[in-house]
Amino acid sequence: MLEETGIPEAGKVEASLPSQERLEQGPVAVFECFTEIPCDPCYYSCPIEAIAEFHDINDLPELDFEKCTGCGQCISNCPGLAIFVLDYNYREEKGVVRVPYEYSPLPEEGEIVQALDRTGEVVGEARVERVQNAEKQDRTAVIWLAVPKEQVLTVRNFERMED
Amino acid sequence: MQKCELAIVGGGPAGLAAALKAREVGLEEIYLLERDNFLGGQLVKQTHQFFGSHKQFAGIRGIDIAEKFKDKLEDRPEIKALKGAVAQGYYEDDVLGYSYRDKFFKLKPEKTILATGASEKMLSFPNNDLPGIYGAGAVQTLMNQYGIVPGEKILMIGAGNIGLIVAYQLLQAGIEVKAVIEATGRIGGYAVHASKIRRAGIPILTYHTIKEARGNEEVEAVVIQQLDEDWQTVPGTEQEMAVDTICLAVGLTPKVDLAIQANCQMAYVAELGGDVPVRDKNLQTSNPRVYIAGDSAGIEEATAAILEGELAAAGAAADILPEGSAIDRERAEIKEKLADLRRGPVGEHIRRGLTRARRNQNAGRDRYTRSWKS
Repeated sequence: MLEETGIPEAGKVEASLPSQERLEQGPVAVFECFTEIPCDPCYYSCPIEAIAEFHDINDLPELDFEKCTGCGQCISNCPGLAIFVLDYNYREEKGVVRVPYEYSPLPEEGEIVQALDRTGEVVGEARVERVQNAEKQDRTAVIWLAVPKEQVLTVRNFERMED
Repeated sequence: MQKCELAIVGGGPAGLAAALKAREVGLEEIYLLERDNFLGGQLVKQTHQFFGSHKQFAGIRGIDIAEKFKDKLEDRPEIKALKGAVAQGYYEDDVLGYSYRDKFFKLKPEKTILATGASEKMLSFPNNDLPGIYGAGAVQTLMNQYGIVPGEKILMIGAGNIGLIVAYQLLQAGIEVKAVIEATGRIGGYAVHASKIRRAGIPILTYHTIKEARGNEEVEAVVIQQLDEDWQTVPGTEQEMAVDTICLAVGLTPKVDLAIQANCQMAYVAELGGDVPVRDKNLQTSNPRVYIAGDSAGIEEATAAILEGELAAAGAAADILPEGSAIDRERAEIKEKLADLRRGPVGEHIRRGLTRARRNQNAGRDRYTRSWKS
């Protein structure tokens, strides 16, 4: 249970995902934001208003997957670091998971890292495709992790290899 | 003795917001007394982005909110913000005494806003006086203000927002967090904070308590133990972990000494963290000269403290200034924002607590009020 372990239940995660069809069409954001807290910056961060306007600041965000372009601006605007962008067809073989990252030092592009799932378990290796850390991200970097397609739905963090 | 319109005790988020709002709505003689040699209170340790409303400070880190307040204060030299000024007492004749640069001063404000914050709760367990046992506030002070890590291997006690956030900050500092333990059956803090440290591999163990700390000169290990649903320890579930640091994040309690001295009627409200002054919807206490705001009024998030500071300041100004109507409108807006923050499920205990703190039936029967008659 999320409230007991911090690990969201499979059912909750599944319900937060777009259809497989949409996943295969290109990058799309997913919101792993499952409890109502007073928080609304994601709505204001979306340049194309793909997130429904909040009636109550405690509402859960609702993303229109068809509108979402996967630009990823919401990722570093989420105080809860609960938004990820999934790019299922990044390459023939690999998908990409873009994750928020607030540890230092940042990984290098091209670096091989350990891919972690929502429990922090190592599920394989990932290649860092890109590191976004623009000033407007306010020190929440976004790291693009290339992983096998079947891990796009499970990888949510990474760890740098020990030297 | 110096007279002034408004004295604010405490330069944290509530006090800073109060000072700026008081000036904005037209008060001219404002003193802000801050015990520390810096302004910002707990904000200066809060490296994470704030939740709340985008229109307020959501998405901005606490440390940067403190800077914004300080910048604004610099543009308002009329506000006498004294750093290193320690309020010493609130006397019967509504005089506020404070020490500043080794001297004692007396201030007679028409209104006072108490924004004194909170103190951390302690936990009793064997060897809890060993070096290496810290409150979460101290860990944040060491790391985020002074750049010093408290240890190398740490156990966090308490899965409220503070425990979860400080565990995350420890991870960011490269420290090994063995686990976060929580005595109740559910994580008290926001699930997103919990998920963030869980996906970094840190176990969060509900229904777990600390049995004892072990070590000779300092903490060398900790023994944790499972609790059952009746909060009884389950024999045979003891587990020893090698740690050099134990961090306690087991709650805060409002700092209300000055409110008691000011003869404010008090009420014990568990949902707000302990004894708090009874107040009306404008945050005025039973002493009409005294308003309260922030954690000293009830433990809540800093975003709520900021709004409460503004609300208290607007209240004090409305009492002092002849024209009240513009302020009334402002007050209604602030109250609406506060209600928005508290509307959801995580605000439920705050709403319940506030209902209790606004009722007068406790008042006069508590253990502080001087006018209490048996």
